[in-house]
Amino acid sequence: MRVMAQMSMVMNLDKCIGCHTCSVTCKQAWTNRSGTEYIWFNNVETRPGQGYPRGYEDQEKWRGGWELGANGKLKLKAGGRVSKLLRLFSNPKLPSIEDYYEPWTYEYDRLLNSPAQEQIPTAPPKSLLTGERVQISWSGNWDDDLGGTYAHKDKDPMLKGIEDKVKFEFDQTFMFYLPRICEHCLNPTCAASCPSGAIYKRSEDGIVLVDQDGCRGWRMCVSGCPYKKIYFNHRTGKAEKCTFCYPRIEQGEPTVCSETCVGRLRYLGLVLYDADAVTAAASVEDDTALYEAQKDLILDPFDPEVLDAASRAGIPHDWIIAAQKSPIYKLIKEYEVALPLHPEYRTMPMVWYIPPLSPVVDVVRDTGYDAEDAETLFAAIDTLRIPVEYLANLFTAGHVETVERVLYKMAAMRAYMRDINLGNAPREGIANAVGMDGASMEEMFRLLAIAKYDERYVIPPGHRESAHHLEGTVAECPVGEVANMSLPTESMGMPRPARGRTNLLNWDGHGRPDGLFPGRTAASPGGA
Amino acid sequence: MNNATTLEILVWVVLPYVVLTIFVLGHLWRFRYDRFGWTTRSSQIYESKLLSIGSPLFHYGIIGIFFGHVVGLGIPKSWTEAIGLREEWYHLMAVTIGLAAAAACVGGLLILIYRRRTNSRVFGATTPGDKLMYLVLAATIGFGVLATIAHSALGHYDYREGVSVWFRDFWTFQPNPALMSEAPIFFQLHILSALALFAIWPFTRLVHVFATPLGYLTRPYIVYRSKDEKTSAPRRGWEKIDY
Repeated sequence: MRVMAQMSMVMNLDKCIGCHTCSVTCKQAWTNRSGTEYIWFNNVETRPGQGYPRGYEDQEKWRGGWELGANGKLKLKAGGRVSKLLRLFSNPKLPSIEDYYEPWTYEYDRLLNSPAQEQIPTAPPKSLLTGERVQISWSGNWDDDLGGTYAHKDKDPMLKGIEDKVKFEFDQTFMFYLPRICEHCLNPTCAASCPSGAIYKRSEDGIVLVDQDGCRGWRMCVSGCPYKKIYFNHRTGKAEKCTFCYPRIEQGEPTVCSETCVGRLRYLGLVLYDADAVTAAASVEDDTALYEAQKDLILDPFDPEVLDAASRAGIPHDWIIAAQKSPIYKLIKEYEVALPLHPEYRTMPMVWYIPPLSPVVDVVRDTGYDAEDAETLFAAIDTLRIPVEYLANLFTAGHVETVERVLYKMAAMRAYMRDINLGNAPREGIANAVGMDGASMEEMFRLLAIAKYDERYVIPPGHRESAHHLEGTVAECPVGEVANMSLPTESMGMPRPARGRTNLLNWDGHGRPDGLFPGRTAASPGGA
Repeated sequence: MNNATTLEILVWVVLPYVVLTIFVLGHLWRFRYDRFGWTTRSSQIYESKLLSIGSPLFHYGIIGIFFGHVVGLGIPKSWTEAIGLREEWYHLMAVTIGLAAAAACVGGLLILIYRRRTNSRVFGATTPGDKLMYLVLAATIGFGVLATIAHSALGHYDYREGVSVWFRDFWTFQPNPALMSEAPIFFQLHILSALALFAIWPFTRLVHVFATPLGYLTRPYIVYRSKDEKTSAPRRGWEKIDY
């Protein structure tokens, strides 16, 4: 057993109102630079819908993730090492900018500099790639709230096979939001696809990062990631991805998307898992068994054997305590209400979701029945195959029973808590019907409904004794360098230039680029 | 060598060594100060169709040409004769394989230049450095093809007794400028444009040639990195030491 710690997230989809605050704050923090205009580390998709980039879940088209070979061993769906190297000069499965959208701005100066005139001045859109005027026809969330759904509904890969059923009640019942970030997988295909070995998983907290100095722009990670959560910065020619806000995590603070989430639907915490068992778990033959296999990877942080192995693996004591208090562990393992997104990609994703009960509740309410009544809700979950099948396509590789089991629990919690809120005697039978008891039902309710900041985010800070190696504490901010800090010569195993850094490709040709030459005196580092 | 003029020595002896120095030191400098800029800077995300034809054509063509140069410049005539390879056969092989690779390379380059010029997204991402690099690269390839066709395939110049010898002598630090000044004009232009190319090489996106990811063939799929050496995964072939 090789115990590793993984920083993970669970999102409670019932609480997502699709406000995109997470996307906007993330973009402001991370991808507000040129070259990253179309890059959304965090995006919110309306489901059913195509997602971002369009139709990314269609792996027959994009060939992302892993698949089982004829010999039962895992292999990259897009081809192994040799075939990747042979396709180095043109990646056949790379999404083009049309699959995302052409980033644009508006000619605002036409408003500011407009002379007095009869007509109101306008600010027409122009492309950020070419500078030419463009007609906007798509964007990151163009099909928000089912916008244009009738024109595009057949393009949602998750609706394959159930399209005709969905068409029925589409506009009345069935819509929810799916916020997505990088999954920080236990078995990441992006890292496996990188010819340069620049994408790595941090062995301390499992965060998957791109070494910007090691990336050579071969673009194999973009097509390798089945979630399309690695993006190509078209200005720098490097891959970029969600960093799980590691500089914040290292300080014990939640990610920007979690911190700013209006619905407070995100949970952050550690889980311990057995790294030696990952490959076997990802190689389970039956797609629908992958959820259970991955759940089994997550170790019980109270088990003495696990604790022993964890301390032998060098996991600090306060991290083990954090793993014991982790809301992620509770949601995935104790209450078993969180499910992974697309386990069938076999990457072992570590951002999990509590599937939404709301589509079901809405239908029940619209038909005049009591939407808080356990029996009615259970019956509705059974009858409403459509949302449940769709959710199963997202979270359990099509295994309907697992999703139903989770939805029963959520419905039971609703009914159980209503009695308490109305001052009636709580009915233990409701909890027992879903394999729980009243006390744990109330605990689950507390975690899902009213958990406070430090219950939702249980993040042990990075360790001081090795803090100078942690990237977030080093002055490697791209906008400037702190001269008198003692910069490390080694960072995450890669030797780094001790003096200033230059990007000659981005040099505009005027003057002397910063950091190009060693400083003349000790007082002017960076060649200023 | 005694009767070489100053100009000949400058052009065929001094200049090549200066370029070699720039090439080596330039790469070292770039690696040290601008590793972030060491990228292919692919434009595939802007345009994929033309690239999927032009780029493999060009790259595989130029890799073929590179190995052709290794053989043509590196292996002395006496060696191939010693293994009984007759001159006519060698010549036929070199010209046919070489021109096939050149056709792929030039064809690919034309597609890529057309793409770069006509696709406004790709053109918008083209830097002045790219344009200079394209010019010098195209000139080098063009003069090389012209030299092969005009002097080697149709003419009677044997580069294996001229340019190749000069090239090998260059690496043993005994360059003979006369061999180059006697070479036909397109060979001279080919070498001069190649020198220009090598001189700008470290400062352009051509550095991506030295990023060829052959290590991918042997490394494990998933890379772990640690801030702390003690907890990092044991590396292949290395014995683990407890301390």
